[in-house]
Amino acid sequence: MTGKLDLDPALVGRARELARRAGRPVVDLARSHTTVSVERAVLRLAGVTGADPDGIPWVNRLVDAVVADVGLGHGVAVPVFDALAREQITDVTLLAQKAAAGSVRFAVPAGKAATAARRAARRAVAAGIRRIDRRRAERERLVTRYGDPRQRPWIYLIVATGDIYEDIPQAQAAARAGADVIAVIRSTGQSLLDYVPEGATREGFAGTYATQENFRLMRAALDASSRELGRYVRLTNYASGLCMPEMATLAGLERLDMMLNDSMYGILFRDINPIRTFVDQRFSRQVHARAGIIINTGEDNYLTTADAVDEAHTVTVSQLLNEYFAHEAGLADWQLGLGHAFEINPDLPESFRLELAHALLARELFPQAPLKWMPPTKHMTGDVFRGNLLDGFFNLVGTMTGQGILLVGMMTEAVVTPWLSDRDIALQNVRYVLGAAGGLHEDFVPAPGGFIQQRAHRVLGEAVELLERIGEQSLLTAIAEGTFGIMKRPADRGKGRDGVAAHEAGYYNPATEILEGGVA
Amino acid sequence: MSAAEVGAAGAAKKIVRPYGDTTGDGMVQVSFTLPVPHDKRAEGAAVQLANKMGIDPAMLVHAKQLGDGFTFFVVYGRVNHLVDLSAVQVVERDFPLLSAKEVNALVKQKLRRKLSVVGACIGTDAHTVGIDAILNVKGIAGEKGLEYYRELKVTNLGAQVSVPELVEAARVERADAVLVSQVVTQRDAHLHNTREMSAAFREAMPAGRRPLLIVGGPRFDETMTGELGVDRIFGRGTTPGEVASYLVHALVTSRKAGRHE
Repeated sequence: MTGKLDLDPALVGRARELARRAGRPVVDLARSHTTVSVERAVLRLAGVTGADPDGIPWVNRLVDAVVADVGLGHGVAVPVFDALAREQITDVTLLAQKAAAGSVRFAVPAGKAATAARRAARRAVAAGIRRIDRRRAERERLVTRYGDPRQRPWIYLIVATGDIYEDIPQAQAAARAGADVIAVIRSTGQSLLDYVPEGATREGFAGTYATQENFRLMRAALDASSRELGRYVRLTNYASGLCMPEMATLAGLERLDMMLNDSMYGILFRDINPIRTFVDQRFSRQVHARAGIIINTGEDNYLTTADAVDEAHTVTVSQLLNEYFAHEAGLADWQLGLGHAFEINPDLPESFRLELAHALLARELFPQAPLKWMPPTKHMTGDVFRGNLLDGFFNLVGTMTGQGILLVGMMTEAVVTPWLSDRDIALQNVRYVLGAAGGLHEDFVPAPGGFIQQRAHRVLGEAVELLERIGEQSLLTAIAEGTFGIMKRPADRGKGRDGVAAHEAGYYNPATEILEGGVA
Repeated sequence: MSAAEVGAAGAAKKIVRPYGDTTGDGMVQVSFTLPVPHDKRAEGAAVQLANKMGIDPAMLVHAKQLGDGFTFFVVYGRVNHLVDLSAVQVVERDFPLLSAKEVNALVKQKLRRKLSVVGACIGTDAHTVGIDAILNVKGIAGEKGLEYYRELKVTNLGAQVSVPELVEAARVERADAVLVSQVVTQRDAHLHNTREMSAAFREAMPAGRRPLLIVGGPRFDETMTGELGVDRIFGRGTTPGEVASYLVHALVTSRKAGRHE
């Protein structure tokens, strides 16, 4: 801890312990359930690719066929590799095609057949995980060759035209203009699709579909930019929604560098079933850990629906929970882009000092994490001139409190999807602040017992109180009762609930086994 | 449309021009990007565009190349267009603004049951910020949302609700009013979704039993109610109090909302 806030180490320890206690039952739940999307991710690792003529991926067709015959609770790996052996074919995608045509029956084998199926499944999935390992090694080589950004925070910029071939030149232009991280926003509504679209896409709503081919195209383009610019330009997408585990897997296979991956966002904001989310989240985080991907959590979202001062402690609580779930899944501190945001009403007296206190609290609670600092959105009114000033103050907090990743705010937030000129003005704003005050965090030490310290202590205190309240029930009950935001999300409701199953005896998932065991 | 139209023919002409620092100077400021690299010719092109917009003389005060083939310009200048205030057509608020207390009292006295409101973001639009600002207790700009009103029964269906789901929920909740928020405007999604919604209600329910249909969002034209088949459109900056006041005006004080009886 850098100690600018004089936080009580015992209280910080207590907060972490309470987060662990709240999160533990959820982890147990995640370890004893599977979902259709986890199983589809396993099949993707085992080499199933492509989609049927209607665009439904073969992994969906195959999982659906297995579920129809033997249910989901055994996992699909053993039934699929058992069927492969019986059909005497080696190509899993071909098996999926035959299964979709109804010419293959699935069973849960016993004895020698089961052992053989497990071994074959593990071999196939291990090959997929080794591909992820190779992509990670490749990233490390490229970072060594081209280097990391020269400054912290890294500058994170969004592109979102809906057309991957339009996104590419925009992303490259943004990188040239100073962006270190490019995020391709997904098409509105993709999070609620229960399949991953295939191929390069040119149409989307307020964003571009996340597909394996779009990932590959954009990563290749940014590799060219990295070469040109002499710094490794990172690529971000979303491991969220109903296909979270598959998104994580595809990101690992295509060397994406960061993924948005929050433990509760889908539950609270998309009404996705809580159990589905927690199961999918644990698997996706295990994949991210293996792939060397930095996750970005979504605490900024709480502040867009709740008051950024009254509810500041819910951000801290969510960060602590996200940290617990991330560590449990094997992510290291350097992979935790814990989120928070500059969303306090600017008309409130001392709003800037409150922002400083909250941002510094996150910095000191998670000293090794590359915190993700999110710009104002709620109080961007369409007055672009005031918006630009607000973004300048946002950038200033970012540099004064040592944030790791800075999402560039647009003065045209809430007006239009950013224009070329909006992005240029926004980057100019960032460059000015980082250039003029990049080292100010060295001099910025809040007065002992002063406004900023007091405010940080109060938020931490309220966070501990909330965690204590959660501890008395359970996290699932707390979510059901609307503790986070005012959305009430019972565990037996929400989208994607059909795709969840408790493990049967003999459930086997070779991916989890390898991800938890190390060697592929 | 029940809203008052301002600017009927015959009103006295009142002419205004933009104001820079002197009455009648007509000064405006615009910025735009042209897809050309920055050189003398690009600057000439920017001035030509400004002239065509009616800005003459145009002062090019800033030009900066963006990336390879684009230049951003800021232009100040005198615009030669005039605005006739008497010819301006807008939808003005044609109902009294009530406090939460007044809303509750009127609903209780005159309707003698809770007024049922169902809200949703329809289609693929996942931006619940608008509907939440109007419905959630939290509200916006210091005004509490409709959930805060004791005499209103609010059902917020949230994001990405299909039109059939919305119609069904309106039926189940015996909705007096349906509020739909639309933020995403790519390919005019907000207009298509709204038309689909109003058509579905027209098909599902006879005229006398249909709930009041209200859409809101930052990019709607408030005069398009007829074209979209809705009763009211609320644009940018609408507050929950305005919506509540309108509900009382339309359902309680200016007509009998007794269609459930």
